[in-house]
Amino acid sequence: MSDTATTHAPAARDHARRERLVALVQSRLALAVLIVVTLGAGAYFPNLLAPTNIENIVTAASFLGLIVLGQSFVLIMGGLDLSVGSMLALGTVISAYTLPYGWPVALLAPAVAGALVGLIDGTLIARAKMAPFIVTLAALLGIHGIALALAKQSMDLGDAGFFGTIANGEIAGINNMIWILLIAFALGALVLNRTRYGMALFAIGGNEDAARMMGVRVERIKIATYMLSGALAGLAGALLAARLNSGLPTAGEGYELQSIAAAVVGGVLLTGGVGTLTGALSGVLLLGLIQNIINQIGTLSASYQQLASGAFLLVAVIIQSLLSHRRGGE
Amino acid sequence: MNTTSTVPVLEARHITKTFRGFAALDDVSFALMPGEVHGLMGENGAGKSTLIKTLTGFHAPDAGELRLAGEAVTFADPRASQNAGIAAVYQEINLIPERSVAENIMLGREPRIGGLIIDRRRLNAEAADLLSRYGIHVQATAPLKSLGLGMQQMIAITRAIALGARVVILDEPTSALSGSEVDLLFALINRLRDDGVAILFVSHRLSECYALCDRLTVLRDGRHVCTETTADLPRTALVTAMLGREREAEAAGGARSEARDGPTVLATEDLSWRDRVRDVSLDIHAGEVVGLVGLLGSGRTETFKAIFGAERADAGRIMLEGTPLTRHTPAISIGHGLAFLPEDRRADGIFARLPIRENLTATTLGSLGRFGLVSRGAQRQLVDEFVEELSIKCSGPQQAISELSGGNQQKVLLARCLATRPKALLLDDPTRGIDVGAKDEVHAVIRRLAGEGMAVLVTSSEIDELLAICDRLVAINEGEIAGELDVAGRSADDVLHLLAGAAEHAPARDRA
Repeated sequence: MSDTATTHAPAARDHARRERLVALVQSRLALAVLIVVTLGAGAYFPNLLAPTNIENIVTAASFLGLIVLGQSFVLIMGGLDLSVGSMLALGTVISAYTLPYGWPVALLAPAVAGALVGLIDGTLIARAKMAPFIVTLAALLGIHGIALALAKQSMDLGDAGFFGTIANGEIAGINNMIWILLIAFALGALVLNRTRYGMALFAIGGNEDAARMMGVRVERIKIATYMLSGALAGLAGALLAARLNSGLPTAGEGYELQSIAAAVVGGVLLTGGVGTLTGALSGVLLLGLIQNIINQIGTLSASYQQLASGAFLLVAVIIQSLLSHRRGGE
Repeated sequence: MNTTSTVPVLEARHITKTFRGFAALDDVSFALMPGEVHGLMGENGAGKSTLIKTLTGFHAPDAGELRLAGEAVTFADPRASQNAGIAAVYQEINLIPERSVAENIMLGREPRIGGLIIDRRRLNAEAADLLSRYGIHVQATAPLKSLGLGMQQMIAITRAIALGARVVILDEPTSALSGSEVDLLFALINRLRDDGVAILFVSHRLSECYALCDRLTVLRDGRHVCTETTADLPRTALVTAMLGREREAEAAGGARSEARDGPTVLATEDLSWRDRVRDVSLDIHAGEVVGLVGLLGSGRTETFKAIFGAERADAGRIMLEGTPLTRHTPAISIGHGLAFLPEDRRADGIFARLPIRENLTATTLGSLGRFGLVSRGAQRQLVDEFVEELSIKCSGPQQAISELSGGNQQKVLLARCLATRPKALLLDDPTRGIDVGAKDEVHAVIRRLAGEGMAVLVTSSEIDELLAICDRLVAINEGEIAGELDVAGRSADDVLHLLAGAAEHAPARDRA
């Protein structure tokens, strides 16, 4: 028996090595493209690489970024959250209403509201076995309605004081939003890769029935993850309100799809079970960069930005499909 | 076999389980001793899966009890049986393919720093320890999906043992494995037996059961037939126990060999598909019913699928009334006049949510009306015709097919085949899971079709059935034609000898 094992071992090891290479391409491709596009475009548009411009790109992308963080958790678990865009809008409005009670309330109330929405969505999905698409689509519409009912138009926060500083201030010469984004992703990566909760997310997304048979508490973890996604969307809303000094009931439209696009460009599989936060973050920044480049060109209308984003998404999906087919064929 | 302990680690006592009035298990008793490898044998519908599902908590028995190390137990769900130390490893692996071997083995028990952050180094080290203890040579950090199916099964077994399993149920573990993988798996099973683990081994490969098992239990039609030590149960006796021959008297009707005088309708020549169908050559004449007789897993179903084009044959020729069928799909086969009744009615046959009308006319919609529109009148006429001809018991063409009995469902599917006016019929176990009365009706329909000149190729798990309806039997074993006999004047014993001989004298398989 040991003879067979030793003769088979090198082949298996080669195979494992190839699998790891594929995984590396999947998780780091977006980062590589991000760097190449940044440097390439930087050669044409010198302004692009100016520190203030880079800071602007990342700051502008940070709100979508927080949403992508939650969306990535949901996607890796094999779910989908379409409610995040309107949750962000509702978050800005809740901040506007609660700021009179102090900045901690204005910051946390939207996150709590988002967690509540996630609790409802997650319970319907996990316990009542309803489709995530439908449940979170209903939430998208409902929350949008609530935001508009609470605020017919944008609400000025007036003198927001420290609340405004949270999203506009700087630490070590770098905008707070960038710090918040990086810290959130670093914490997220730790949770995803180094906790039992993170392992369970990959297990559920990889094979839900197997995960259940292996003792994973599938329902609880699903609910918790939709709560996390909702809370992050609410928090992103609070920070956007702080940044723009207003409650914006129509903010974040299309963010639900942009967040999915960013995660997928970053190598998160829509089918679940696979994804990295480095990739997801690279995806967000890549979408932000494309927007900035189109702006630099100046003569192009904003519709080209969507065209370019769509092209990147398509290419990313084609590459993923090729990678997984190559594997399937073996 | 470790005989120091005489208390069965797991025992089923007088278990009965009924589904819709059909007894899938009827008063089955069975005991599994620590340190033994126990083979569970039986054909389709014998009750093996139901017994396994009862032992693992998927089904609650209607009557009887389970005993774990002498204590009566009930399992509310699969997790409860798993927590009690009963692990089932299925062909379809219940692990996470995208994650590493170590993560799969350790999921839920990951060593942590400060009770929170997973210690990856220790996780990999502990998994590597377990792997080497059971002689499994893989890297703990390799992604699970990079391993072969056999190795993945061994990882699943390792996980189960690490979680404290005392009973491991292996449900047809070898059917998708290569020869070297089977050897590795058997080595692991023997190691577990030495450790006192009880193993319930389900396989339809007789040679494997004889090589591995200490005792064999045979089920047939939901009943316990026998439990013997392997040495005391020769192959012929085992095959007899599995297939039964109770209705011998009715079998082997009048001489029908004249059927072979008709022209050849369907012929295959050296048909091969993977390693499951090997150089199969068959001739079926007009008006002839040929039975393909073989045990489960002999390649009989695969032969049907290759002929029909549901699987693309790797080599060989198929001729239908002189027209070659190559690179054909089921649609092309139907167009040429071939019809196929699949073995698994639920998975491959019925549209459970649709009425009889749609189920019956699914393959003929194109010809029922004009301009791409389906004529309700023509549809109705066709359905009425077959409901009468096959005496399908239903409240009307709009009744949901799922409300019918298994026998009537099968008749609807048979009508669907016949509605295409085929020249040749492929019937894969046409009476599986239907009651005796319906069986006789289906038999009569098949004989009548042959009388009208149809060429029929049929298979079944029941020898008596084949003797009752066939003119000629062709034995298939491990994908190869192993013998042939005319039915006239033969008894079930002759067929059993043909089969047992085929199983015994099978060439050593090259599974790699």
